Amino acid sequence: MLDVLIIGAGAAGITAAIYAARAELKFEIISKDVGGLTLWSPDIENYPGYHDLNGIELVEKFKEHMDQYDIKVKDDTVEKVEKKDNNFLVKTKEGREYETKTVIVCSGSSPRKLKVDGAEKYEGKGVAYCATCDGPLFKDKDVAVVGGGDSAVTSAQTLLKIANKIHIINRGDELTGRDKERIKKVKESDKVEIINNADTKEILGKDDFVNKLKYEKDGEEKTIDVEGIFVEIGHIRNTDMVKNLIKLNDKNEIIVDESGAASEKGVYAAGDVTSLPGKQTVIACGDGSRTLLTAFDYISKKGESDD
Amino acid sequence: MKMTVKIYTTPTCPWCKKTKEFLKKNNIDFENIDVSSDKEAQKEMKEKSGQLGVPVIDIDGDIIVGFDKDKLKEKLDID
Repeated sequence: MLDVLIIGAGAAGITAAIYAARAELKFEIISKDVGGLTLWSPDIENYPGYHDLNGIELVEKFKEHMDQYDIKVKDDTVEKVEKKDNNFLVKTKEGREYETKTVIVCSGSSPRKLKVDGAEKYEGKGVAYCATCDGPLFKDKDVAVVGGGDSAVTSAQTLLKIANKIHIINRGDELTGRDKERIKKVKESDKVEIINNADTKEILGKDDFVNKLKYEKDGEEKTIDVEGIFVEIGHIRNTDMVKNLIKLNDKNEIIVDESGAASEKGVYAAGDVTSLPGKQTVIACGDGSRTLLTAFDYISKKGESDD
Repeated sequence: MKMTVKIYTTPTCPWCKKTKEFLKKNNIDFENIDVSSDKEAQKEMKEKSGQLGVPVIDIDGDIIVGFDKDKLKEKLDID
């Protein structure tokens, strides 16, 4: 029987694991990757103490920290969490089963897919969801970023160093990202053209690869020549494994109280997957630590009542 | 028989890194090709895989797109 099972090894899960190790709890951390969405961040300029690291470098620091406590992330995917007496039974894709007193869900989010004609057909053929990964393939080419929030601005900033021209196709009146420093850098570049109030309509290609993007603005359809399209239209929360166990809100986020506790006793959530505002690496770390402390108190009390 | 393994990557792509770690862990020799700086290699990758996304792994001419652990295991004969 485990004390804690941590689902996901992004910033939240890693922090929870470090706290769990220091608290000498019996725990496992299960994830198909280490670093979560932090890995995809090109430049992390707002994490205290590390103002000039990129996502990969910050995650390397996280890994070194985990090594200090000999924490090994189990390479697997949690498929289901169910109640078993006063504890939980966790089942994974590779057929593992764990019994645990508490579960901390740190499963984060995945990019939302663009649903227009051509988007699926040309995915991996010009349509991309990670500027950090695939951006370098578009050196000196014309590209588009679809979206207008912080992620779209971040992608545009990444592409500044690579692409020839960047069109930002934004549905809203203006870029809504809250990182004004970043918006300023993007707006000031003469490589960038921001097209507001524009609705992406279709992605077109030639010889199996993207060559055009069609959008509508003021009732008029326009087409631009681009070889790469980076989609940044928000995220969906990875909550399938607990959807029958705990309460989610209309965005499929896990509803938690101020201590990080979900609707079922013994289940906690931390990081981007929760209903709390602010999807940031530094917030995820804070969440991970808080929920582990909450879980620790619960386990201690449970121990007394179970005896 | 020894297999020839090539992996097409960019320096910043986390899944490329993960794929390389996986190959190293299983003692598979491979050639890493950085397509961000080599236009010819990028063209080669595009033609082989029909993809503009990394990583692309070429195992004796068999193409795997993305870090697909099950496919890698099968092609490389790893348990």
